[in-house]
Amino acid sequence: MTDWHSKTIKEMSIDLAKGEYSSEELTRHFLKRIEQHEPNLNSFISTFPEQAISLAQQSDEKRREGNSEPLLGIPIAHKDIFCTKGQRTTAGSNMLDNFISPYDATVVENLKTAGTINMGKANMDEFAMGSSNEHSAYGNTRNPWDLARVPGGSSGGSAAAVAAGLCAAATGTDTGGSIRQPAAFCGVTGLKPTYGRISRYGIIAFASSLDQAGPITRTAEDAAIMLEAMAGYDPKDSTSINQPVPSYSAKINDSIEGLKVGICKEYFTDGLDRNIEAAIQDAVTELEKLGAVISEVSLPNTKHAVPAYYVIAPAECSANLSRYDGVRFGHRCEDPADISDLIKRSRSEGFGEEVKSRIMVGTFALSAGYYDAYYRKAQQIRRLIKNDFLDAFKEVDLILGPTTPSPAFKIGEKSNDPVSMYLEDIYTISVNLAGLPAISLPAGMAQGLPVGMQLIGSHHSEAQLLNAAHQFQQQTDWHLKSPGLANAGTTEGKPL
Amino acid sequence: MSHLGEWEVVIGLEIHTQLSTQSKIFSGASTKFGAEPNTQACAIDLGMPGVLPVVNKEVYRKAVTFGLGIGAEINKRSVFDRKNYFYPDLPKGYQITQLESPIVMGGHVEIVLDDGTSKVINVTRAHLEEDAGKSLHENYHNQTGIDLNRAGTPLLEIVSEPEMRSAEEAVAYARYIHQLVTYLGVSDGNMSQGSLRCDANVSIRKHGQQELGTRTETKNVNSFRFLEAAINFEVERQIGILESGGRVIQETRLYDAVKNETRSMRSKETATDYRYFPEPDLLPIVIDDAYIDAVRAEMPELPAQRAVRFVEQYQLSEVDAALLSSNLDLANYFEEVTAICGDPKPASNWIRVELLGLLNRDDIEISESPLPSAQLGKLIQRILDDTISGKIGKQVFEALWQGVARDVDDYIAHEGLKQVSDSGELEAIVDKVIADNPAQVEQFRAGKTKLMGFFVGQIMKETQGKANPKQVNALVSSRLND
Repeated sequence: MTDWHSKTIKEMSIDLAKGEYSSEELTRHFLKRIEQHEPNLNSFISTFPEQAISLAQQSDEKRREGNSEPLLGIPIAHKDIFCTKGQRTTAGSNMLDNFISPYDATVVENLKTAGTINMGKANMDEFAMGSSNEHSAYGNTRNPWDLARVPGGSSGGSAAAVAAGLCAAATGTDTGGSIRQPAAFCGVTGLKPTYGRISRYGIIAFASSLDQAGPITRTAEDAAIMLEAMAGYDPKDSTSINQPVPSYSAKINDSIEGLKVGICKEYFTDGLDRNIEAAIQDAVTELEKLGAVISEVSLPNTKHAVPAYYVIAPAECSANLSRYDGVRFGHRCEDPADISDLIKRSRSEGFGEEVKSRIMVGTFALSAGYYDAYYRKAQQIRRLIKNDFLDAFKEVDLILGPTTPSPAFKIGEKSNDPVSMYLEDIYTISVNLAGLPAISLPAGMAQGLPVGMQLIGSHHSEAQLLNAAHQFQQQTDWHLKSPGLANAGTTEGKPL
Repeated sequence: MSHLGEWEVVIGLEIHTQLSTQSKIFSGASTKFGAEPNTQACAIDLGMPGVLPVVNKEVYRKAVTFGLGIGAEINKRSVFDRKNYFYPDLPKGYQITQLESPIVMGGHVEIVLDDGTSKVINVTRAHLEEDAGKSLHENYHNQTGIDLNRAGTPLLEIVSEPEMRSAEEAVAYARYIHQLVTYLGVSDGNMSQGSLRCDANVSIRKHGQQELGTRTETKNVNSFRFLEAAINFEVERQIGILESGGRVIQETRLYDAVKNETRSMRSKETATDYRYFPEPDLLPIVIDDAYIDAVRAEMPELPAQRAVRFVEQYQLSEVDAALLSSNLDLANYFEEVTAICGDPKPASNWIRVELLGLLNRDDIEISESPLPSAQLGKLIQRILDDTISGKIGKQVFEALWQGVARDVDDYIAHEGLKQVSDSGELEAIVDKVIADNPAQVEQFRAGKTKLMGFFVGQIMKETQGKANPKQVNALVSSRLND
């Protein structure tokens, strides 16, 4: 058995160029790994083995013709929230179980153009609402480090698949931490770019003002390669940023001597796991060795981020999910009595509990008489949170902290405690509210589980973030650790 | 209106006008009317998962044009909102509209009533929004068909202050808005295709009372005649209720043109809470003074300006100029006819007297006139250059109207209508008529000069009206007075 799956995109790209192996061989290798480990992990909702092999053959052909794009022939996975033309796109919901997208999302198109091979559609919390993948209509994904634990969410399938070596990289979306938290839980690198850096066209909407796509990879360097392909202005998305995409890899090897890193004091409070705290302190020491200048910063409105988020995100989702009415696509109930019955029953049957509860919360927050107290107030808090960051970035270049307050929890552990589940996102949510870029990268282990460190940058500072993250990964080897996966059938974990 | 008595009528109108853009407000699909159901609805119009709206720049240029046309303030930062409600022909489950920051704020128009008095009506606001699709209830065996061709068609909703005091004023206002939007090229104004639809807010109160009465909103009235009838019905209904001690319920009503009545659709008490909030998929429309100035520089001529020009350029009377400029298509028609025939006076006369008479009689819009301006222009030209007489001209006009004739010159040639001006040919006919009527000749020569008309009539009869009357007169009189 080869170890190709534990290589980075950068390494695979070099190997492919040298002819060490072909993209077809690489793809078959990953398909075999999927076959072996997927029954335990359940990280995919759909896979496309035949199509993947055919695409790999085409990319080998292109390589023979002289094409040497860094992503040519690299097998990846798309979170099942990205519309892929002619393929089932479910968003993890029964509502879209039968939905075949008539078009490709811009991100899918961009990565196709870059030469990647789409292996399949990764599992996720329904409509990206969740932090554990327990809210998927297709069964929860298991954490490759411990099959009894959650992979995080909502991009849990993407993070687990990358961590388990089932694909070289995966796309994710991050509305309140949905890339960074599962990346932290699964010991991989997850980047949420500045809001608008990557087109949202073709991403099934959860909360439009917060949703942002990004890559989940083994290393920061791979994240830079993926981001370069994914990012860019898209006239089909009015909120996408009309600025050229810089080369994120170009400055990745620069020294970070003198980089000003702020430690946010509000992130180190009672709820934080002691082992995680210790791991983050060690990471700070590593960064100091690299020449970073550490200071303390304050983001005083941090405590208001979760409540504000749980008004704004549900409010937007309550409207975004109104199109699922059983009329044009998606689940439709049997024998509706009339139009009202059709809409009510199709929605009641098609949506899962978490989605329904968020739609109801959002509907309430926007209702006449409550709008000012909830939605408007939450938007005011959002502004305060953004201002906190803008103030902090006058003092420092990056803000550092843990990605999550605790490592991956057990499946079922927080199912009946939504508030505790929502607090999982306490360090990640304010970043979405402010529209900032942030990256989570492996920075230690706690009870045998990966610990994620989060670096937050100012708007459009992806190059700087990736530079710092890459330098950290040059100094440490946490990102090289991989879970000791047994083959399916040899563990107690049963396929779901 | 019958017994208003002590009651004062208060009317405000919300006019939805369809903007005449090639593509939809948030997608590239065509807005063309009349296509097969669902052939002009793309993934965005269908509200497919993952799609996003992008504002068609042409819609806000048109909105700004309208705003400048009514002297309104243009909002330099207008914001789209989502209006949430479930309806099968509303694909996304919300309508994108503008609530708190509409693109046009304020403005006013001056309406002229039948008695010649004029009145200023203030406009509250005008905002951009998307139209919904259509539910089709026929031919689906108790099911409903959905046609989304209209979904996403750009609308400008123009909201007036409640300043109209009669159905006549409301109709005059609606006609003015219709005239304005067509003149400005903002809308094609085609009412039968739903390009202009009125919602009438009607209430009554006692004269002198300050506070407004409870209003009803009669929705989707798509002709001026129906608007007048619907308001009058509603006023009578409300007077009836209040005079018998009842109370008017605030509700939405629908006008039934067949029964000429309004009836309740839904009451406000059970109305939907639309849960408006700012549309996060769209940035605000931000425009600056330079943009507004550029739109202003390209503003087409307004009706009043055109009427003034007609008086100056064509020496028309003010009344005729006002009539001919009252409608964009009519004004263009007049100028086309004039350009061809070269004389504005007969062009104005033929259009006002002959053409408008028939158009009004048959209830046809000038844009759909069976008589194209090119043909009327040529017809007048042929009268002016003596090819045909005015009398024959009316005959040709009739033939063109009925579609018997397509081209003026072909018809004149084919039917042999060319005026007989050849003096040799005419002299022979005159001689024949004189020879055939010796008795009358004698009487004439005896002093009964009234018989001149008899001879001319006989000659016209012989030539089937094609003789040049001036020439006939001269010839007859020279022969008889020999």
